[in-house]
Amino acid sequence: MLDRDHVITAKNLSRADIETVLDRAAAIERDPPSRERHAGRLLGLCFFEPSTRTRMSFEAAIKRLGGDALDMGPVASSSATKGESLADTVRVIEGYADALVLRHPSEGAATMASEFVDVPLLNAGDGAGQHPTQTLLDLYTMRENAGGLTDLTVGIMGDLKYGRTVHSLAYALTKFDASQHFVSPESLRLPRSVRYDLHEAGAQVREHEDLDAVLDELDVLYVTRIQRERFPDENEYRQVAGEYRIDAETLDRARDECIVMHPLPRVDEIAPDVDATEHAHYFEQAHNGVPVRMALLDLLLDDSDETDAADATDDTSTTDATDAADATDDSANGGDR
Amino acid sequence: MSERDDHELRISKIQDGTVIDHIAGGHAPDVLAILEIGSSTDEVVSVGMNVPSDRLGYKDVVKIEGRELSQDEVDVISLIAPAASINIIREYGVAEKHRVERPAVVEGVLSCPNHDCITTEGEPVVSQFEVLDDGVRCAYCETIVRKHLTEHISV
Repeated sequence: MLDRDHVITAKNLSRADIETVLDRAAAIERDPPSRERHAGRLLGLCFFEPSTRTRMSFEAAIKRLGGDALDMGPVASSSATKGESLADTVRVIEGYADALVLRHPSEGAATMASEFVDVPLLNAGDGAGQHPTQTLLDLYTMRENAGGLTDLTVGIMGDLKYGRTVHSLAYALTKFDASQHFVSPESLRLPRSVRYDLHEAGAQVREHEDLDAVLDELDVLYVTRIQRERFPDENEYRQVAGEYRIDAETLDRARDECIVMHPLPRVDEIAPDVDATEHAHYFEQAHNGVPVRMALLDLLLDDSDETDAADATDDTSTTDATDAADATDDSANGGDR
Repeated sequence: MSERDDHELRISKIQDGTVIDHIAGGHAPDVLAILEIGSSTDEVVSVGMNVPSDRLGYKDVVKIEGRELSQDEVDVISLIAPAASINIIREYGVAEKHRVERPAVVEGVLSCPNHDCITTEGEPVVSQFEVLDDGVRCAYCETIVRKHLTEHISV
């Protein structure tokens, strides 16, 4: 059903892939599947970095589909502390689970890990790289609340350099021809590799240092946290933190229909007084993690069922052919059996 | 004095092997590094550096006795010496002459400069870079490297 075995980067998700997942998520919300749908299926959770929403929503998703989750637990209690490579870890856990979810602090970790496993692997964040399943729930939230995904004008503000949710979202929005406005201090601009890709893809992109330059045009304002843990230098963090905060008064200058999103957790970049406004959609966005991840797992586990069935058919044919050949050989050798 | 006369004075002809000509001046050591020719090599190697050149102004030349380069080796040389020509020598004559062509991908030759890239962490994985028009890009973390490529050669 999906045109891929793993979900590693939003760049490689086609528009059709995205729409397939979002349609399935909408169907799941309208008509939740039976708890028997994927009974007995196990999802391996390999989180080498802290997580609340992603980890719990994946666990909720597989359980609501009738399966269960196997959680590697904290890194401190895993074999990684003994020096085991990530490649070995995923090869081991692959033997216990039908699909793997990986979060790792190193960029490219999911790409590498996917080369070592045959079960579907979902990237739940690789350092400052990508977070494609977050993007799927972001798009789902936009589609449900901003009147669809075509012709959107989206402002993305905050830590664009280290924010993996931003990188994935930018790739995905490009596939829907969105007009994208990136608002950040100079030091936190989108990484060169992402700007290169957006340019190559012909994306409509503008960069700003001041939100007011674009706020009144936006259908969506996507705010991200200035991430302390991504800064090697505390002084650099302090210098830029706090410059990109919004409150209810800020949103007086936005269109009434503009929705405000945030991948959470927030610190103080969205003031609590925004929560009570019609603009706020970030908690709904977090809740959408469950139906969207249910949809994704449903599709990937269906695909792996089909692959298993095809393999079984192939195995049978091979066995039959081999047996027939063996019989012929025995006859040719003149054996009396 | 012509360019050809100039090299003949400086570096003798080889019987069989490879001559890598038209390397940008100063980059011969990088070519040697790519070919894993270091101070402990027992191969017969001649190097000319900053030789006057009509085409490049100054160029480097590397001659290797008894070794014909593979296509993979030529591909990697193309990253740092896009103007180079490769002459395969047999019995003192040029048996084949090729201009280098940039490959789509290079594997195991460059190390990623991004310290947060998974390929820098001792995992059992060979580095892989997509070759762009004006640089290379890590296939894992997607970091783009445009300058000082030779600083990242890991062979």
